[in-house]
Amino acid sequence: MRVVIAEDLALLRDGLVRLLSAYGCTVVEAVDNGPMLLEALVRHRPDVSVIDVRLPPGFTDEGLRAALEARARVPGLPVLILSQYVEQLYARELLSDRSGGVGYLLKDRVGDVDRFVDAVRQVAGGGTAMDPEVVSQLLTRRSRDEPLAALTPREREVLALMAEGMSNLAIAARFRVTDKAIAKHTTGIFAKLGLPPSDDHNRRVMAVLAYLQAAPSAGAT
Amino acid sequence: MARTAVNAAAAGPWALVLNAVTGLAALALLVLLAGCVVLAPVAGIGPAPLDRVRAAAHRLAGHQRRWAGRVLGRDDVPRSVPARPRWREPLWLAVHAVTGPAPVVAVWAMLSALDYVFFRLEPSRTSTLNTFALSLSTVAIAVVVLLAVPLFRTGQARLASLLLDAGPTPDARIRELTASRAAVVDAHAAELRRIERDLHDGAQAKLIAIRMHLGLAGGSRDPDAVRRAIDEVREVAGQALTDLRDLVRGIHPPVLTDRGLPGAIEASALLCPIPVDVDVELPGRPQPPVESAAYFAAAEALANVAKHSGASRAWVRLRHTGGVLRLTVGDDGHGGVRRDLGTGVRGIEDRLSAFDGSLTVSSPPGGPTELTMEVPCALS
Repeated sequence: MRVVIAEDLALLRDGLVRLLSAYGCTVVEAVDNGPMLLEALVRHRPDVSVIDVRLPPGFTDEGLRAALEARARVPGLPVLILSQYVEQLYARELLSDRSGGVGYLLKDRVGDVDRFVDAVRQVAGGGTAMDPEVVSQLLTRRSRDEPLAALTPREREVLALMAEGMSNLAIAARFRVTDKAIAKHTTGIFAKLGLPPSDDHNRRVMAVLAYLQAAPSAGAT
Repeated sequence: MARTAVNAAAAGPWALVLNAVTGLAALALLVLLAGCVVLAPVAGIGPAPLDRVRAAAHRLAGHQRRWAGRVLGRDDVPRSVPARPRWREPLWLAVHAVTGPAPVVAVWAMLSALDYVFFRLEPSRTSTLNTFALSLSTVAIAVVVLLAVPLFRTGQARLASLLLDAGPTPDARIRELTASRAAVVDAHAAELRRIERDLHDGAQAKLIAIRMHLGLAGGSRDPDAVRRAIDEVREVAGQALTDLRDLVRGIHPPVLTDRGLPGAIEASALLCPIPVDVDVELPGRPQPPVESAAYFAAAEALANVAKHSGASRAWVRLRHTGGVLRLTVGDDGHGGVRRDLGTGVRGIEDRLSAFDGSLTVSSPPGGPTELTMEVPCALS
């Protein structure tokens, strides 16, 4: 897997390079500012990039802006944004092109190495990996919304974990059930959200996008 | 140049019409105000309608104050004094209800007189002399009006400025500033104490715990114990980071730095458990302290909506007109928000007072509630 890393603090940048290399990724470039990041993303078209939201020169949201710009030029380019804080607003912007391949995690999640690497792989594969904090904020807000109201509580839990980027197998392990049982739930979710049969991966992305309200209506593609 | 001349020529008649209209509005509000004051104890309608009328009067007064500022050619930002004496606006209403429509009434009276003298008194007589006299009188009235209109315009502006703008005497102003400065310093000190306490009980304590676990692990020969200690350390370090994150967000939310007020307000609207319509238009950015005060005021107001209002919808509107940043937060809940009953409204007021800002509350029982926050400021 070819990876581009953008992080301005040398300590964390080197840590990320070492961590991802240890898990078999090839770090093609590690940059420390927004303009260089955009350039590197467009030139290398990496399988995935891991980007700190706040980068020089402005130390605001240069990382996010560079990622959005790169995705505008290279549709679907997988990006995983890391931040000290998660903002619902930024999650929405990342998801707004509805093409998947985005992640948005708190920086501390790097501490849980296995889950972090899973998330990186998920994003590289065109899935989504939203931080549990983003997902739980949505839980309090969206529970009354149609058509999500039609979901059973368990289905909603499964969908939340899907939004965090977990595979059926991982979800099954979390709930201590078989992955067949989870597959039944996901089929139920797709049906209730009105997602037409297509390949499972695509429906998964669409369901998560509907859940995160990036899509005004789940069926309208 | 030509445009300025045209504007100046148009300004006179426009001022007549404008003041006549606002004068009538003032009269209507005055009647309503008196009605509320008289009827409130008798009919038991409570203070809510009065609040609403006062809010409308305040808006009308604000409009006139800005108009006066333009007429008098003052570039300085109109001042909206928080502790404005409560009788000032009603007094202005009374004065303006008379002086506003006065010239229009006067012109009408003169024309009626003309009509009476020339057409009603002796309707049959028409002669060259008569026509001449009529024309002369009409011209005379026109000249008087044209000469008087600019005087009236500046007069009205001065009057509004005197009653609404100049506000308190220097002494009263000094008292106000002293009080608002004390409130700001108090709030600041309390904030620092809170940060100190949060750090002490949060991140600092957790770092100590981490060192303790590491110390134990370092001295242990049992691999299981070491693994448990590592898990523990990771857990506690995560909590420390959460504590720090919450603390920083409370000091200055990063999204405000990144995106300014529009983005930050939208971000806090997204966190509100009920749907919020955000309507924000800001051509530039206020100074950071004003931006921060306005943001926290909006966030506080939205938090109140979520906690207390029982509303199903809320809305936020932000504009900058006439040198004033105006932020409105409303909801369709059950109303009954009172500025003297705590519920966070006092906190908003204190935040704004440091910038000569003001807060108007309109919240009749049964709703809707609308908080209007105004801060005079320039955009960059």
